[in-house]
Amino acid sequence: MTPPPAETPPDRMPPAVTLRPPRHLVSPRAIPYWTTRAAAGWLVLLVPALVVTLVVPGRPRWLPWALGAAALVAVVHVLVMPQWRYRVHRWEVTPDAVYTQSGWLDQERRIAPVSRIQTVDTERGPLEQLFRLAKVTVTTASAAGPLEIHGLDHTTALRMADELTATTQATPGDAT
Amino acid sequence: MTSPTPLPAVSGEMPAEAPWRRLDRRMLAIRPVHQLLRAAVPLLVILFGARGNGQEWFALGGAAVVVAAGMAHWFTTRYRIGPTQVQLVTGLLRRRHLAVPLDRIRSVDVTATALHRLLGVAVVKVGTGRQERREGHELSLDAVSAEEAVRLRDELLHRRDVATGAPTPGAAASGAGAPGTPGAAAVPGAGAVPGAGAVPETVLARFDPRWLRYAPFTLSGLVTAGAVLGFLANFANDVRLDLGHAGPLRTAAEQVRSAPLALVAVAGAVVLLVVVSLLSVAGYLLAYWNFSLTRHPGGTLHVRRGLLTTRAVSLEERRLRGVEITEPLLLRVVAGARCGAIATGVGGGELLLPPAPRAEAHRVAAAVLGPPDPTGVPLRAHGRAARRRRYVRTFAGAVVVTAALVAAAAGGVLPGWPWRVALVLLLPGAAWLAADRYRSLGHSLSDGYLVGREGAVVRRTFALRRDGIIGWRLHRSFFQRRAGLVTVVATTAGGRTAYVVPDVPETLGIALADEAVPGLLRPFLEARPTPGG
Repeated sequence: MTPPPAETPPDRMPPAVTLRPPRHLVSPRAIPYWTTRAAAGWLVLLVPALVVTLVVPGRPRWLPWALGAAALVAVVHVLVMPQWRYRVHRWEVTPDAVYTQSGWLDQERRIAPVSRIQTVDTERGPLEQLFRLAKVTVTTASAAGPLEIHGLDHTTALRMADELTATTQATPGDAT
Repeated sequence: MTSPTPLPAVSGEMPAEAPWRRLDRRMLAIRPVHQLLRAAVPLLVILFGARGNGQEWFALGGAAVVVAAGMAHWFTTRYRIGPTQVQLVTGLLRRRHLAVPLDRIRSVDVTATALHRLLGVAVVKVGTGRQERREGHELSLDAVSAEEAVRLRDELLHRRDVATGAPTPGAAASGAGAPGTPGAAAVPGAGAVPGAGAVPETVLARFDPRWLRYAPFTLSGLVTAGAVLGFLANFANDVRLDLGHAGPLRTAAEQVRSAPLALVAVAGAVVLLVVVSLLSVAGYLLAYWNFSLTRHPGGTLHVRRGLLTTRAVSLEERRLRGVEITEPLLLRVVAGARCGAIATGVGGGELLLPPAPRAEAHRVAAAVLGPPDPTGVPLRAHGRAARRRRYVRTFAGAVVVTAALVAAAAGGVLPGWPWRVALVLLLPGAAWLAADRYRSLGHSLSDGYLVGREGAVVRRTFALRRDGIIGWRLHRSFFQRRAGLVTVVATTAGGRTAYVVPDVPETLGIALADEAVPGLLRPFLEARPTPGG
């Protein structure tokens, strides 16, 4: 058996620096967008369940309670998640790196050097078009590391994609 | 050897249009046989299913079509190596033209089944590093003569002037020895798949029969046993064989039925263990016999292995990003380990060492990456919060399972003993697992490498070149944020593409990422507000 790794002595802890969040928030229109999307998702789930509860005879007694609980979770999710997410979702592009932060309960920061970028895509689903939003995806040669920025203002997204593409093309090598 | 030797190939002043070459003529015999074997089950089903009403002719006709298609492949396939790309034209009804730029070639695999080796030919597969492995989209030459395979590999990978290299003694010997008895393969280097080329290669690791003792601890026997049983059952079903009515089996079944239950259980377990062990050893021999890992001075690593079907994989060292040592629990108990390469353009991990002594795995890692062995450095532990998280998560699983069993017992669905068994086995098991998971957990930053280790059921130790890191992911779940921990993920272009250092104390994790790839995080760092108190 391998001996357990040594504990870090407190005096050898690295200097107290911290990673600050990226500078820019996404578009405020992302809040109604996320709300709409979440609400639609819950409706698809809850409406059929409600119909079954009301129509089908001989349903188990706990079914209305379960439905009520699910509806409560849905309301909390739809009200809380978009606000929370709006505070978390951030992005920043420097000449050397792209830096994003996303999530709400689980949060993730991703950093990729501009020199390793392979593609920059902007994408707009029907709902995103309605809210004049776009999603920017920045991929590297690693299948595990695409950086996605959801809920960006459409014009901001286009400008950013253009700038990134221009910088990336100026970098030689195959970025692996 | 009367194989049609192609014209002298690539040299300094290449003609713009290189001549087209054909596959080896012996494929006219091999491919139809292979195709027939592949189509054997349906053909046999038709043959056995035909109860004398003329359906036999369908089977024969089908076989004829298969043979004709197999032979047509030789007539319709041409390839050539131009100054900038390899081209392959193939297909009878659907013509396909594949072209691969020479500078995109990342690996050249030489594979030969038993039949290929008997006739002295080998399949050459050209890997371009695209992750897509769709059938028909890889450039595969099935097959060329064994000597041609070596030449092609050198030509494609080392791009050196092959014409100057005289036919190598090794290749000549292998060509001459191949049609002999299959037993000849036992002599190292005598396989039809080429041994060492003209340039002397450094041997980094070579098969040792003592490694066979690790085979039963790999569980591959269980998979093989399942596959064999499945195949037999399927076959018996196809040819309408009723196992229950076969004489000896029926008597055996009756004897088992009359024996005491405990005896049957113990005997069954022993038999299963022996069978699985034997199959594991057989599988290990088939896959790794004659294994060797060598370094070509042209900057490639060669892995050769296989008893019946031989494989020779070449890996460019400039694509190498690190190594990974894997220790599944069973193998770890007997101090065994596997070693694999992290290389761009190779998904998963290319094998560098089959299950073998752990010390050997570390030795190979050191030899491949250049000493000192980066995977052998002492690792830094992740501290109290990470330890607590190991225990909480492991126990949560055990408690949920036990609680479910208690509930089931209370509801009368299950008898009372399962939850008692769970309580006795699962909870101490969880304690051990959590302790072991914490013991495994650690990371280190050495000169050129980020090293990380985690896992109890499968413990993995990776050493990833720092300049191979092409991005960071810093993940914090709700509970990790409360515990002040962060999971640091280094992304890279090869292997498993994401290498994880879980649950590092936040300051330490950020410092790790900052130090491993200097400058990348710098613009986003700021002094921490002085901790309260």
